[in-house]
Amino acid sequence: MKKTDTIIIGAGPVGLFAIHQLGIKGLKSIVIDNLDKAGGQCIELYPDKPIYDIPAVPECTGEELTKKLLEQIKPFNTEFFLNERVEEVKQDKENWIIKTNNNNEFSAPNIIIAGGVGSFEPRKLTVKDAEKFEDKSLFYAVKNKDHFKNKNISIFGGGDSALDWALELSKFSNINLIHRRDDFRGAPHTLSEIKKLEKEGKIAIKTPCQLQSIEGNEKINFITIKFDDGKTEKIKTDVVLSFFGLIMKLGPIAEWGLNMSKKTIEVNSKNFETNKKGIFAAGDICSYPGKLKLILSGFHEVALASVECFKRARPNEKYRFEFTTSSKTIQSRLGKK
Amino acid sequence: MPKITYQDNQGNSKTIEVENGLTVMEGAIQNDISGIDADCGGSMACATCHVYVEEKWFNKLLKAEEAEIDMIDMAYEPKKNSRLSCQLIVSDELDGLIVTTPAKQS
Repeated sequence: MKKTDTIIIGAGPVGLFAIHQLGIKGLKSIVIDNLDKAGGQCIELYPDKPIYDIPAVPECTGEELTKKLLEQIKPFNTEFFLNERVEEVKQDKENWIIKTNNNNEFSAPNIIIAGGVGSFEPRKLTVKDAEKFEDKSLFYAVKNKDHFKNKNISIFGGGDSALDWALELSKFSNINLIHRRDDFRGAPHTLSEIKKLEKEGKIAIKTPCQLQSIEGNEKINFITIKFDDGKTEKIKTDVVLSFFGLIMKLGPIAEWGLNMSKKTIEVNSKNFETNKKGIFAAGDICSYPGKLKLILSGFHEVALASVECFKRARPNEKYRFEFTTSSKTIQSRLGKK
Repeated sequence: MPKITYQDNQGNSKTIEVENGLTVMEGAIQNDISGIDADCGGSMACATCHVYVEEKWFNKLLKAEEAEIDMIDMAYEPKKNSRLSCQLIVSDELDGLIVTTPAKQS
């Protein structure tokens, strides 16, 4: 079990800035996030969209903001546990013990939940038996290309993931690319490659249509798709790949005994503590009178929460408020002379 | 104030007065209409405020921009009359609008 001063759940902008606010106070933290990279919604939902309301930054994209925040917390050498979801939270006297789906265990006097709207998970197919075939012949991601060799593969989706994998896997498998409308959304170069492979007979494009049913026993044998004009087509298929983006799920957070309202965690607006001592919530996931779901509000929330975190992690020390412009201690923690 | 009717896929409906300038999504969230999740808060990034719009209304709405159509690809059971309710801004012209929510949002 790893011990630290604060466990941060969620590596979005608010979770990242929490590292900074704890770090300048001399507190160590670790971060856990279900995505494979830091940035949260900024990186997953709108990496290229400009944001105009970060104070003193007239315009930046979600990706740029994430990069800047990562640069700002670099001096603290914080350990990230990505592709991991927190499953369990238990109390152990003054400490909290957290267990992840990777069987990692952490202990700390403080937890800051900066979980946005929950953890990102692939949007799943809802046709009958979809669940039964999941991870056997229905996949929402390609982890190892070798499993997709010499197969009949039906790929659903119209975005970059669907197009990129159609191209890649067409090198050694038969591909059906299936989308609900005629237009695909992808890089022009990728689109022209796909069209070329269609002409060569390596990729079959089926539009506008949607999945109607899956057939098979242990593995998928056939799928049936339904076109907008009502016609259906049965296609021999060994593997279905579905790329309908990610959705956000609150997941196990709802079961930790925290006071919740409308999928958000209730906190006080003095230090953003929940009804459990030492568990804080900040950013989009917290609610209090007047709450605004803005990144800048989340920054303020973790700044205040970090003060209470200090008091709990260092009960024998007195908290002193300091400015980064004048505090030699903070400057040395930031690696400045 | 314009009246907006939110109907679920079972046919149960609620009619709410929604202030001009709010979105159809905000009208739903402020009035606890189930069936519209709006996880991303209206930034056109999640497709969980997806609704179906009756044909006669669908043609009266301002056309969806490309980013909205792309996002609808991700929605649960999209149809020809699908829209994201966060992009429908309430005005007097929309008085009487009926939207139907899908069986679920994700």
